[in-house]
Amino acid sequence: MKAAIVVFPGSNRERDVARALRLAGAEVTTVWHTETELPAGTDLAVLPGGFSYGDYLRCGAIAGRAHAMDAVRAHAARGGLVLGICNGFQILCESGLLPGVLMRNVGRRFICHRQTLRVERADTAFTKAYAQNEVIDVCVAHGEGNYFADPETLARLEGEGRVAFRYCDAAGQLTVEANRNGSLNSIAGIYSDTRNVLGMMPHPENFVEGLVGGTDGRGLFESLAKAA
Amino acid sequence: MKARVTVTLKNGVLDPQGKAIEGALRSLGITGIAGVRQGKFFEVEVDAADEASAEATVKAACDRLLANTVVENYRVEIAR
Repeated sequence: MKAAIVVFPGSNRERDVARALRLAGAEVTTVWHTETELPAGTDLAVLPGGFSYGDYLRCGAIAGRAHAMDAVRAHAARGGLVLGICNGFQILCESGLLPGVLMRNVGRRFICHRQTLRVERADTAFTKAYAQNEVIDVCVAHGEGNYFADPETLARLEGEGRVAFRYCDAAGQLTVEANRNGSLNSIAGIYSDTRNVLGMMPHPENFVEGLVGGTDGRGLFESLAKAA
Repeated sequence: MKARVTVTLKNGVLDPQGKAIEGALRSLGITGIAGVRQGKFFEVEVDAADEASAEATVKAACDRLLANTVVENYRVEIAR
């Protein structure tokens, strides 16, 4: 598995996600946003968390139009894997690779806490190491994670089984309390129609080593490492 | 030529910032405000031969970057 992490001015989680990928056995390189091509043989393009361009205009809006995103778009069109975490998910929505938009959290505050998620399907390149409906304990840290899409888009996502993760309580129930940013249908992450692109607000890379509080994020990187 | 672009949230899209401003106005004792929706305003200097081409350029800028048309509307005015 060869992973290329695309770094923008203001990205700040690229080292964490690189560490998580390496722990899972992936070979990792970083790519500056001005590059027009991904390294030859890239299996997975990663858009890390952070605050690209200081969240100017809208979160992910400027990064979503960077040169490197044309390369990411071409990679996705070839069936290559793409993972966007947090600001990376916002960038994927802004670039048109995923539908919908991440709005300001309903409670208006930046939220930063442990979060349980329900794994909606365990048959994708990102989730094979999990079980369907498994509840995993990871982290969230964002001010704009409130997933919104028009009713037709939302119905299409649900109908095509494209919701990857939902915010849930420890028992796997989709409660209002567990959905603290106010996302429609408790959506924490979605896939592209061919399920090779995943965008998610939570940070699985935070929880890959017991020393820092949890290891439930490992499954995602282990799934990816085995995918190519 | 100057263009003025106003970007607003579409009806029905929740605006937590507008709500917060509404609450702050209430706490200042400013009464009679039924609702606030926050948007964005851009002043764009356009290099164009005529109004029609200036408008076309700015509309393209809105569609491709200034507005996210999933949740936002925009309005372009060319200053005379």
